[in-house]
Amino acid sequence: MKITKELLLSVAKNCRLELTPEEQEEFLPQLQEIITFFEKIEELPATTISIHPKPIVNEWRDDVVAPSLSQEDALKNVKFSSRGFIRGPKTQ
Amino acid sequence: MTPHKTPTIREHIEALRNKSTTPEETIASFTEEAKTISKRYHYITTFCNETTTKGILTGLPVTVKDCLCVRGVETKASSAILEGYKPVFNATSVQRVLDKGATITGKTAQDEFGYGGFAVNTGIGFEIPTNPHDESRVCGGSSGGSAGITSATTKPHFSIAESTGGSIVTPASYCGVVGLCPTYGRVSRYGLLDYANSLDKIGPITKTVEDAAFALEILSGRDEKDPTSSHENVPSYTKALGKSVKGMRIGIIAPEGTDESILNNVHDTKELLEELGATTTTIELPLTDSYAIPTYYLLALTETSTNLAKYCGLRYGYQEVPTDSYNEYFTHIRSTRFGKEAKRRLLLGTFARMAGYRNAYYMKALQARTHILNEYAQTFGKVDCILSPTMPILAPTFNELSKITPLQNYLMDKLTVGPNLAGLPHMTLPTGWKGSLPIGLMLTAHHFQEEKLITLAHAIERALP
Repeated sequence: MKITKELLLSVAKNCRLELTPEEQEEFLPQLQEIITFFEKIEELPATTISIHPKPIVNEWRDDVVAPSLSQEDALKNVKFSSRGFIRGPKTQ
Repeated sequence: MTPHKTPTIREHIEALRNKSTTPEETIASFTEEAKTISKRYHYITTFCNETTTKGILTGLPVTVKDCLCVRGVETKASSAILEGYKPVFNATSVQRVLDKGATITGKTAQDEFGYGGFAVNTGIGFEIPTNPHDESRVCGGSSGGSAGITSATTKPHFSIAESTGGSIVTPASYCGVVGLCPTYGRVSRYGLLDYANSLDKIGPITKTVEDAAFALEILSGRDEKDPTSSHENVPSYTKALGKSVKGMRIGIIAPEGTDESILNNVHDTKELLEELGATTTTIELPLTDSYAIPTYYLLALTETSTNLAKYCGLRYGYQEVPTDSYNEYFTHIRSTRFGKEAKRRLLLGTFARMAGYRNAYYMKALQARTHILNEYAQTFGKVDCILSPTMPILAPTFNELSKITPLQNYLMDKLTVGPNLAGLPHMTLPTGWKGSLPIGLMLTAHHFQEEKLITLAHAIERALP
């Protein structure tokens, strides 16, 4: 798989990173080398997937109200808030 | 720094019982010494003094890797993006030692979010910890601060560390101490700043095998707050100490390309085990050997790229006045606060799960993990434990490390990623020296067979000169 500069910038945009020209120059050949190495797993025959090292069955708890994070605690690490809400950047 | 005798947890408990020291004295003397050590070696990022109750661990100083939440204590996983974050709850592993009376005395240095095997990828503005036996060399990562302070202190202590691909055993081997990474799910991950959810494990770094057994017994157990924590019964790990290894079947792995002094140490340890009555046989894990590194990195980086999505300058950590559009704000915060290795891994992980690439990379890696799990399952039908080097090389100098590419750096994890990918318990202990540098060997067992590791490691530890 050829990693082009356009693909690198598209990936960066998807994960909300703005790469400097120096970072682009540094990362491009490194990512190419690493991804080519990753492609080694194509040699393995198809089989079932293992999401966890041991199979884990869904764990449900009873649907009852239980204590959770209070509004006060949820805001303890928030620097910018307004009337009990977190103030975020504009969405439009 | 020369190796020294440190009181074990059991000796600390006896000292308190005999009233030869007080809890206040042990905590104060540890903290004073740790501050001096840390000023030089940079093992502890934040000092604290958190205790909630009395119990068997009263007066015992415990340090905690910076990726684990301690209520009210700045917790950053060595990342500038989490600057100022003070959790409002304790990680379950932290709560368990607090419930036994221990005092949390500090947060330990690590690679940013655990991204490295040498503790040189600390985040922007963080010091790099150095090896306690040779300051020109790395202390190993990512739990480098935990291993370093455990090695350097002369006081009773243990550290709660975390491993995704080898981050407990690698630094423990480079610092000449014991590291025990349990089975996936053995210890609750609640309150951990995740690296990769299907790979993260929490375990102790200690001075002795006895301390490791003691600490694991406290840390282990089912936790409703972590649905991936196991219902499996927690045995008394300390009862596995002092048992005979007669008849145990040990598979030996001594890979080509490993430093000669380490291979000689594997050979000497193999002979030691035979003298103790174990049977040894050379084994190979061809699939793990060839495919564990690409499989591990694809899964770890894919998972971590989703975990990093929550760090965007809102709710906690570093924040600026949110005036721009959300995309510009999030991009600005992430681009200026994530370190270089975090960006590299974020890019790789995002790529591997993007539409058009997901099946060829991420989904294929999930299949590769099945092949590797099957290979280990077959192997553990023939042997009880695997003995191998922990790392293929002795602790490198910072200069040596600066000359290798990121891929060459990832390849150094050759021996540790297999057990981590398969969620198998593994343990390193110091088994020799080359000059001033410790050599660590690794024991690996099948799922939930930590007792075998402890029995074997304790027998080796006691038999060594």
